[in-house]
Amino acid sequence: MAIIEVQDLHKKFKNLHVLKGITTTIEQGEVVVIIGPSGSGKSTFLRCLNFLELPTSGEIRFAGDLITPDNLQVVRREMGMVFQSFNLFPHMKVIDNITLAPRLARKMEPEEAKSQAYELLTQVGLSEKADVYPNQLSGGQQQRVAIARALAMRPQVMLFDEPTSALDPEMIGEVLDVMKSLAADGMTMVVVTHEMGFAREVSDRVVFMDDGLLVEENMPDQLFSNPQHPRTQSFLSKVL
Amino acid sequence: MTFQWSSVKEFVPLLLPGAIVTVKLTSISVLAGIILGTIFGIMRLSRTPLRYLAAAYIDFIRGTPLMVQIFMVFYGINALIEGTLDPFPAALIALSINSGAYVAEIVRAGIQSIEKGQREAALSLGLSNSATMFYVILPQAFKRIIPPLGNEFIALLKDSSLVSVISVNELTRYADTTAGRTFRFFEVWFSAAIIYLILTVTISRIVILLEKCLKVDE
Ligand SMILES: Nc1ncnc2c1ncn2[C@@H]1O[C@H](COP(=O)(O)OP(=O)(O)OP(=O)(O)O)[C@@H](O)[C@H]1O
Ligand SMILES: [Mg+2]
Repeated sequence: MAIIEVQDLHKKFKNLHVLKGITTTIEQGEVVVIIGPSGSGKSTFLRCLNFLELPTSGEIRFAGDLITPDNLQVVRREMGMVFQSFNLFPHMKVIDNITLAPRLARKMEPEEAKSQAYELLTQVGLSEKADVYPNQLSGGQQQRVAIARALAMRPQVMLFDEPTSALDPEMIGEVLDVMKSLAADGMTMVVVTHEMGFAREVSDRVVFMDDGLLVEENMPDQLFSNPQHPRTQSFLSKVL
Repeated sequence: MTFQWSSVKEFVPLLLPGAIVTVKLTSISVLAGIILGTIFGIMRLSRTPLRYLAAAYIDFIRGTPLMVQIFMVFYGINALIEGTLDPFPAALIALSINSGAYVAEIVRAGIQSIEKGQREAALSLGLSNSATMFYVILPQAFKRIIPPLGNEFIALLKDSSLVSVISVNELTRYADTTAGRTFRFFEVWFSAAIIYLILTVTISRIVILLEKCLKVDE
């Protein structure tokens, strides 16, 4: 079953045409990795999916419903997002970072939100960090908290925008491990990343994006070993 | 007549009741100014037509002399209501409205200084615009604008001397009448200056302390 359907999505920033007509479907439970050169529009595409960027034209459907500025807040609750720069709330303890949205946007009881937060912290391996402030954590730990924070809304889809790009190499693994176990649990995920190992190992489909278009997509083995499009070939030859 | 320290010691206590009025007036006005300034600062950044209203208010207040504003409020309200408005509430209103405009600009800058990612993270979690502002942006912005708010407090305390023109019995007016009565003009005004200085230095110390206290978590 399709959970996200994108139809002829365009995005312009003033005169800059960044997304030039994207049509694709994300299936329930699917893990899609998006790769592509810098500036090709990967982040913009991801941010259009939850309307952090307003599409210039085109349609996005979530679970069959057209996303509009009116139902947007409801849809965002179903789509967690993890950012390259973590974006934890620095003035709140880890536990409050995680419970804020469930309490406000899901009207969850404080007690329930808290016990859920402890469960999620355990899941990402940080059960002892509930009462510290984000700046007391390493980058990898912060990103794992950010994942827990997004999961606390019990989203149906998780969007990741280069979740490991800001991390020191020794911390990348711990974040990827959390993402792998999420995928194993059946979470629908759209991941922009340069981690080709992760794409190969975890994803159901890899999409190569260039110059605002989805140029080629295939199962990871196929795409990596036998790219069809010359631009995919040239990109892969540089990164693999 | 030569300058006498002894008379400074004599005048400072005489001026204290006026100093208390000055502190009351300024503290209440700054608090009201922070509330007004937060509302108008947010309005100024909104994408609704309200932002023009906020801009007009801010420009008008910052573009006209405080003394003129004080007279406008005093005579304006007295013309509108039946009976008369006492000088003290009139001064409170004028100073609050004045402070609100300056605080609005401080709040606006504070909000704009918060990284875009904070707002995006909150929105992506499904929070409303107002919840995002209230729980995520403003708490961080306020922490950041404590120093300029402290400066505004100090500026307002000094500027509050202008309400002596509508006969509010604050420090400057106390000094004026005391000087007229005793003819020790320099000593009286020097005493008033000492009191103003003590007050402003105290405020800036409190602001520094407050900043330190709030820094612990970040
Ligand atoms: N808010 C914005 N205003 C103007 N231009 C923007 C904005 N956001 C992105 N762009 C431009 O859109 C283009 C695509 O940017 P985007 O961030 O989507 O690329 P990306 O594929 O994610 O690149 P990277 O791998 O470097 O993250 C770039 O040229 C970028 O400068
Ligand atoms: Mg990007």
